[in-house]
Amino acid sequence: MLDGAPVPFEPGQTVLQAALAADRYIPHLCYHPEFRPHGSCKLCTASVGGRLVATCTTPAEAGLVVDSETPQLRDVRRTLVQMLFAEGNHFCPSCEKSGNCQLQAQGSDLGVTTAGFRHLYPDRPIDASHPDAWIDFNRCVLCELCVRASDEVDGKHVFALAGRGLTKHLIVNAPSNRLGDTTFAASDEAMQVCPVGAILPKRVGFAVPIGSRRYDQRPVSAQALDDAPRPAGRSP
Amino acid sequence: MTESALPEGGLRRVAIDPLSRVEGHGKVTLLLDEAGIVRQARLHIVEFRGFEKFIQGRPYWEVPVMVQRLCGICPVSHHLAASKAFDQVVGATRLTPTAEKMRRLMHYGQMLQSHALHFFHLASPDLLFGFDSDAGRRNIVGVAAVHPELARRGILLRKLGQEVIRMTAGKRIHGTGAVPGGVNRNLSRADRAELGALVPDAIDWAGEAIGLVRSLFEANLPLYREFATFPANRLSLVRADGAMDLYDGLIRARSPQGETLLDDVECGEYWNYILEEVRPWSYMKFPYLKALGPERGWYRVGPLSRVTNCDFIPSPRAEAARREFLAFDDGRAARATLGFHWARMIEMLHAAEVIGELLEDDDLSGTELLAGGPRTARGVGVIEAPRGTLIHHYRVGEDDMVVRCNLIVSTTHNNESMNLAIREVARRFIDGRTLTEGLLNHIEVAIRAFDPCLSCATHALGQMPLALELLDADGSVVGRLRRD
Repeated sequence: MLDGAPVPFEPGQTVLQAALAADRYIPHLCYHPEFRPHGSCKLCTASVGGRLVATCTTPAEAGLVVDSETPQLRDVRRTLVQMLFAEGNHFCPSCEKSGNCQLQAQGSDLGVTTAGFRHLYPDRPIDASHPDAWIDFNRCVLCELCVRASDEVDGKHVFALAGRGLTKHLIVNAPSNRLGDTTFAASDEAMQVCPVGAILPKRVGFAVPIGSRRYDQRPVSAQALDDAPRPAGRSP
Repeated sequence: MTESALPEGGLRRVAIDPLSRVEGHGKVTLLLDEAGIVRQARLHIVEFRGFEKFIQGRPYWEVPVMVQRLCGICPVSHHLAASKAFDQVVGATRLTPTAEKMRRLMHYGQMLQSHALHFFHLASPDLLFGFDSDAGRRNIVGVAAVHPELARRGILLRKLGQEVIRMTAGKRIHGTGAVPGGVNRNLSRADRAELGALVPDAIDWAGEAIGLVRSLFEANLPLYREFATFPANRLSLVRADGAMDLYDGLIRARSPQGETLLDDVECGEYWNYILEEVRPWSYMKFPYLKALGPERGWYRVGPLSRVTNCDFIPSPRAEAARREFLAFDDGRAARATLGFHWARMIEMLHAAEVIGELLEDDDLSGTELLAGGPRTARGVGVIEAPRGTLIHHYRVGEDDMVVRCNLIVSTTHNNESMNLAIREVARRFIDGRTLTEGLLNHIEVAIRAFDPCLSCATHALGQMPLALELLDADGSVVGRLRRD
């Protein structure tokens, strides 16, 4: 049961996967249908049997009672997004990912209208060493989607997270720690999958006009349902 | 009057802070002696922006979008000047017809909205009611109460400009229409028709605004002829054939007597001809023509310089208005500081005419948006912004990140001229008199003629709080004048 309504599921599905397949949206950021769940952003947190858990890593089971659309959980999710904004340097007005950015879209969906926290203003140098891609570490939300994509799809193991707590950060697989010295290519899935403006192709930043971008057209909740894999015979 | 940095003994200091009805925040200080004679008058720019520094290390394609945040009134100018600079970096020595015309349309839309905003909202209260009229109605609300049709037209003229910007840049403020090498959108025929329907009225209203300024000159000729007026070099872009061109051209400078100081100078060579002087009391530099040096080489930019520097305006009604302006009062209106308003309205008419012409051009609906070529490391983009010549200069590293940035914005070019204007007004209207709000507004009227964008970011509209303090040489407050 999700918010009082029954949701079908198949063995092996997580609560989040079952919900999305049933056209029921639960906010999420680090989850991507093509990669193994990671459970780091906690945006998909819901009450499962009275306990707050990440639904992207919780297996769906018969008899589970899940509450997601509650004012309390909406507040928690809004706070989580505010913390992500405060932890990095997310200057949407001049960010080329604006309109295509999941963090921005989640903020809009969840009603984030203020920072909520004191900004940490990190000073993380840009890596522009690669001829076709660049990394703005100040916008990385540590979702590890690039890590998973590089490992599981590209087979290159270019990215990893290092450090702990506030010092946790994205690194690349080169002694110089420069992207240009890795085997990374602009066609890699690791670049396509970045949900924020951290890993970007060079020289095409504003080729798509404002107003024509992914989340300019439909909110992230509707887009996520469009993208959700569904069992055979079920359509969105 | 002295120009020394420190107050001298026995002088008292009067500050107009903040200036009102200008874009951005600034202040004026006056130092008066015991007889009330102004010994020093200065325009101070009190904000430090730092764009030239924090642009460094950013990808070049991000800069046209980021750097336009310098301003909320004329962001299109910064957006396009930066885009023009990076056209050179991506090797786009010639844009596609669609890209060139979309950018021009965007720019003339901005010229229309900015000039309308300045004249009707910011300057007209002084001109219609008098420089020292009741401060309570000396604002756009007061204008709307007494001249409702004039205020309505001002708003609708500005609206047309804003709509042109929205359709070409994606947003009315801080859009993303121009990209290095071209644009990211075209204009549909339906959009062109929708905008085009608004142009005839705009042309008529702009023409009537010129008539209004002329009538103000005629009614107050001695004042308008001489107010804040002084001989000044003038600098602007002109097209290769001498025509007014607000989007692109070659640099021309002339002396007050009309002698050519610079002509046919390629924008990319500007630094061989223009230098900037730093003075310790202002964040704004003082540009000057290298050949003449800082004492004689300062110059004036903006509508008055453009209208008097070009050989002709390439649109019929504006050209007729230009000729009338140049002939008025044996050419003295074209040398007067308040002539800025007249010239600004001529440009507003020209912008409306150009917008109408462009909207009929099918190239605006073309699909070839981008051009490119061999990559270079340096780009200089120069454009005639509403307030004058705007220079963006960048150097880009091999990794595509900006390594150097130099911006000379329109108001910076006018720094010395504005300081001279307030000195002139102080000498004529304030020397030896008891200070009143109305008298001090004369100084603001002189500054407003230049339509300065003092920080190129923040804006003040209507009556802003004004606090004047009279200080003795020790800094003790001996008198206060306050407007809340």
